[in-house]
Amino acid sequence: MRDVAIVAYIEGQNTSATTLSPVEMIVPVVHEVLKRANVQRSDIDFWCHGSCDYMTGQPFSFVSAVDALGAWPPIMESHVEMDGAWALYEAWVKIQTGEANTALVFGNGKSSAGDMNRALTLQLDPYVVAPLWPGFRSLEAMGARAAIDAGTVTERQMADVVSRSLRDAADNPNVLAYGYRDADELLDEPMTANPLRAHDCPAMADGVAAIIITTADRALEMCDRPAWIRGIDHRIDFQNLGLRDLSRSNSAALASFHAGVTKDKVDVAELHATYSHHEIILAQSMGIDRSTTRMMPSGGALVANPLMAAGLARFGQAARQIFKGNADRAVAHAAQGACLQQNIVAVLEGN
Amino acid sequence: MAAPGTPPIIATVGPDGSLMAPLRLFYPYDRTVGAVIGRFLTSLAEKKIEGTRGVDASVHVPPLEFDPATGAALTEWVAVGDTGLVLTWSWQPEPFADNTLQQPFAWALILLDGADTPMLHAVRVASVSEMSTGMRVRAVWAAEPTPSITAIMCFEPEDAHG
Repeated sequence: MRDVAIVAYIEGQNTSATTLSPVEMIVPVVHEVLKRANVQRSDIDFWCHGSCDYMTGQPFSFVSAVDALGAWPPIMESHVEMDGAWALYEAWVKIQTGEANTALVFGNGKSSAGDMNRALTLQLDPYVVAPLWPGFRSLEAMGARAAIDAGTVTERQMADVVSRSLRDAADNPNVLAYGYRDADELLDEPMTANPLRAHDCPAMADGVAAIIITTADRALEMCDRPAWIRGIDHRIDFQNLGLRDLSRSNSAALASFHAGVTKDKVDVAELHATYSHHEIILAQSMGIDRSTTRMMPSGGALVANPLMAAGLARFGQAARQIFKGNADRAVAHAAQGACLQQNIVAVLEGN
Repeated sequence: MAAPGTPPIIATVGPDGSLMAPLRLFYPYDRTVGAVIGRFLTSLAEKKIEGTRGVDASVHVPPLEFDPATGAALTEWVAVGDTGLVLTWSWQPEPFADNTLQQPFAWALILLDGADTPMLHAVRVASVSEMSTGMRVRAVWAAEPTPSITAIMCFEPEDAHG
């Protein structure tokens, strides 16, 4: 295996509704991340992008994003119809094959382009689920109840997650929700998508995240303390909700095992927990002890959820903890699909 | 290209002077559903619910085309009941225009009598307080069932009137 590290991370300003086009959103972020790593466009030999056509409402919408990169002289680029974290995985594989040494990966989404809770229902089974239009929030709420009924998650634990996330968000200028609210106060609020309360659901955002990864030859030129990817794996559960135990995530458990999460202590975890109960289910499935690991110091996806960028942002935020020397070993995670169906897990180390 | 029957998209001038137009998502294709889902949906139009039997003898409703553990093609059909058990549920406080119910209602994973895996559907109750894990429900058929999952309009508590 070639040693590969995250050497730069930039996220665009998360907003609740931008009038910028995706290309206009991506350009400054790509420019900034190149500057952060102190490299030129010509230093990037693979570009990989994650986004979702259902959000823009047109097929092959991602092709226009190449305008933000500049395609002349010709570049080697690819796209995944997934969060940018999966673009990072593709770039990591590309580097392992020896076909590239340095890659720029990015994810972007304009959640304000429509009602994403409803529109993303189109990604579900087209014959026996999508025609019912369940909405993502309802499915996640069913997952929360399955976990509450199974005794693996409590409403108080969910409120504690929200309380901590809002508090941490106060130190992060790039969030859409923050504040100081204790669990009792949160539990007094009414349920909306029962058993979820409004604050159990993410603050939807328009945003972009971009990361540069490179090999050992160049990592130290681009970053004082690179975040070395020591393990990375992604796994997928059945699409059929009825075939899965929604109170846990088998694919997160498998990905965590293969990434080597539990081989050593975990200083920091940035999990792509879009709903409050996700964090608890994920930590249990992945073998992360929430009492000794610093969970989502950025505030996580609950306080800013730019679809298709929020997962890659977890990788970037975990890497930042390594860059700054706050952590020696961090876990980054991203999820896609309904009820934590697809999970990617990486272990990042400072040494 | 617009779907047949959709009104034209009209652009307006936004508060900052930019031209704005609504974004309308639709799927302008026809597709075939295949032999297994096709039989399931055709049966629904006749108010019958059928699943397929897996290699481990589990009955899957909606039917699976291939066994989840071995990948073997599943060909044995099993009729199941139109009553069952709510395994987990959530509340939809405001329906979408496309939902079969146009009032607040519940979503549930429903284990039909005779099935081993649950299916997703809507449950009609007067209020959230009538929902509970483990409750029994019965299918309510659409007035004129078509070969679609919406041939079942919703479920309702088994002891409900009517």
